[in-house]
Amino acid sequence: MRFLFDRNTWQEIFGSISKNKIRTIITIIGVLWGIFVYIAMSGAAKGLDNGFEREFETVAMNSLFAWGQSTSKPYEGFKTGRQIRLQLGDVSVLQNRIPEIQYIAPRNAKGVFGDGTPPLIVRGQKSNNFAVYGDFPVFTSIATKKIYDGGRFINDDDIEQARKVCVIGEQTQKELFEKDENPIGQYIRVDNIYFQVIGVHKFVPGGGFETDGDIYIPFTTYQRLYNTGDEIDWLTIAAYDDADVVQVEEDVKTVLKRIHKVDPTDERAFGSFNLGEIFNRIMGFSKGLTFLSFVIGIATILAGVIGIGNILLISVKERTKELGVRRALGATPREVRSQIILESVFLTFIAGIIGIILGAATLNLVNNLTQGIDFPYTNPTVPIPYVVGAMLLMVILGTLIGLIPAQRAVSIRPIDALREE
Amino acid sequence: MIEIKDLHKSYKMGSNSLHVLKGINFSAKAGELVAIMGSSGSGKSTLLNILGMLDEADSGEYTLDGVPIRDLSETKAAQYRNKFLGFVFQSFNLINYKSAMENVALPLYYQRVARKERQEKALNYLERVGLKEWAEHLPNELSGGQKQRVAIARAMAAEPKVLLADEPTGALDSKTSYEVMDLIQKINDEGNTILVVTHEEDIAHMCKRIVHLRDGVIVEDKKVEQVRASEYVQ
Repeated sequence: MRFLFDRNTWQEIFGSISKNKIRTIITIIGVLWGIFVYIAMSGAAKGLDNGFEREFETVAMNSLFAWGQSTSKPYEGFKTGRQIRLQLGDVSVLQNRIPEIQYIAPRNAKGVFGDGTPPLIVRGQKSNNFAVYGDFPVFTSIATKKIYDGGRFINDDDIEQARKVCVIGEQTQKELFEKDENPIGQYIRVDNIYFQVIGVHKFVPGGGFETDGDIYIPFTTYQRLYNTGDEIDWLTIAAYDDADVVQVEEDVKTVLKRIHKVDPTDERAFGSFNLGEIFNRIMGFSKGLTFLSFVIGIATILAGVIGIGNILLISVKERTKELGVRRALGATPREVRSQIILESVFLTFIAGIIGIILGAATLNLVNNLTQGIDFPYTNPTVPIPYVVGAMLLMVILGTLIGLIPAQRAVSIRPIDALREE
Repeated sequence: MIEIKDLHKSYKMGSNSLHVLKGINFSAKAGELVAIMGSSGSGKSTLLNILGMLDEADSGEYTLDGVPIRDLSETKAAQYRNKFLGFVFQSFNLINYKSAMENVALPLYYQRVARKERQEKALNYLERVGLKEWAEHLPNELSGGQKQRVAIARAMAAEPKVLLADEPTGALDSKTSYEVMDLIQKINDEGNTILVVTHEEDIAHMCKRIVHLRDGVIVEDKKVEQVRASEYVQ
């Protein structure tokens, strides 16, 4: 150990390395390339991972949607082709029967799924058609709605009193209001009924069918406005984080079939869309990518380290005589061995550091280049433990590979080494 | 200083065994300057290698400065070489990427002498061989004679008990040979024990004692009147 921290040792090693610059540089490039590939690839994979996560950040990652369609099988006296409409009462039944459900939000919408033109929204001389949603406050627990300062989303009082209030989108604001006008507290007409604006929601792309013009009104107000009774268009459900979303989807459908007297084997009666499953699939893809980059990176590092070992082996052969002289002058086999191993480790280490720096620089560059464009690539980083792990691995590999030339160096007797011409 | 009793050494060459040293008895006192002569194949290099602990005898006794030398591990041999012996080779064997001073300082490095002190000592020895101003030069920038003087400085730097020189003038012309011998004589004058292997008569007569080897045995061991090399050096 004393040997390791001796300044003289390092001067000796640095001397012998720096005296053969070209060989040293070529040696370094192999490992440098390896760690560079490792850092760049796993960083890029992490960037994609972050990017995907950001795409989904507005929606609970384990959420699903369910809606009624028409039956494809006769059941309990009902004939085929019966239109199923979900009812408000389904919500509490689902919540009671399926403990994995964390949040459940029934929704109604006009002008979203091809049911005619969206309602006409008017303010003074300005007007346009925008989709209108009937919502409960719980909806924001499933899909985050960012509301601009000064505004709010629908609350429980709005629901209870069926207030004529609405949350509008950025696009709605742009089209109906002047640039410097504060829309909060102003009135707009939705299908000829006056609504007070209570908030403007920030639009985040990538969240499915929603747009930046959507208008949210209290569910109860929607019921009265469009006379929908207890019918609901679809359910948005978020399961607990540790729940199996695919199973929850199955359970929801089973319960709904029972409530609505649908044949348990009828696959068409209810439609559903499982965001969680898709999210898991994408996350699985990016996990696979991370693993792939890990494997490729390690393999490349390994190849580089073997390259170092190879070149050191040649260099030991070249230096046979020098090593013989050193031993004649009193270098013990241990000292010779340590020197060769330290050279190997030192080269690997230096190469590793440079590779990490270059890799990080490249990641930063790519991050800057993809900043403006719509590409799922955010904050590409390689976790410090991975970097430290890679460095550690290289030091260990450097030592192991250095053992071969080191052993070779001491296996030649000094007298034979000196005789070498 | 050196005591050798009934030393045998043979090399295996396939099925044949080559008996190189056939019972050598030899001793040298401190301060002696001994030439070991013999034609090639006489065993003089083998003897020097055994004395230098680079090779091991098959049988016989070897005592160096009162220390019995036998059954040495590589590590022990390296430590003894470093402590007891200085080597001068025919082909100089300087490390070509190290400056003259670094070469001289190398045995001190293996003695764990601190860098500063090492450089001071190295410079001191380079001065003594007259090459102080060449300290920063690489070996390939030096002439043959200069290289050998650096090698002698290196051998002396560790302050060994015995200096072993294997054909120190073998690769040099006669003028530089005499310069090198002059240096060796001066070092001997300071009381150092030196063994010189050579096959040149004139070089041998610059020593104080000549040992003749033939076919693995000492055939002659005589004291001679030393010829001072300085007489030939301008």
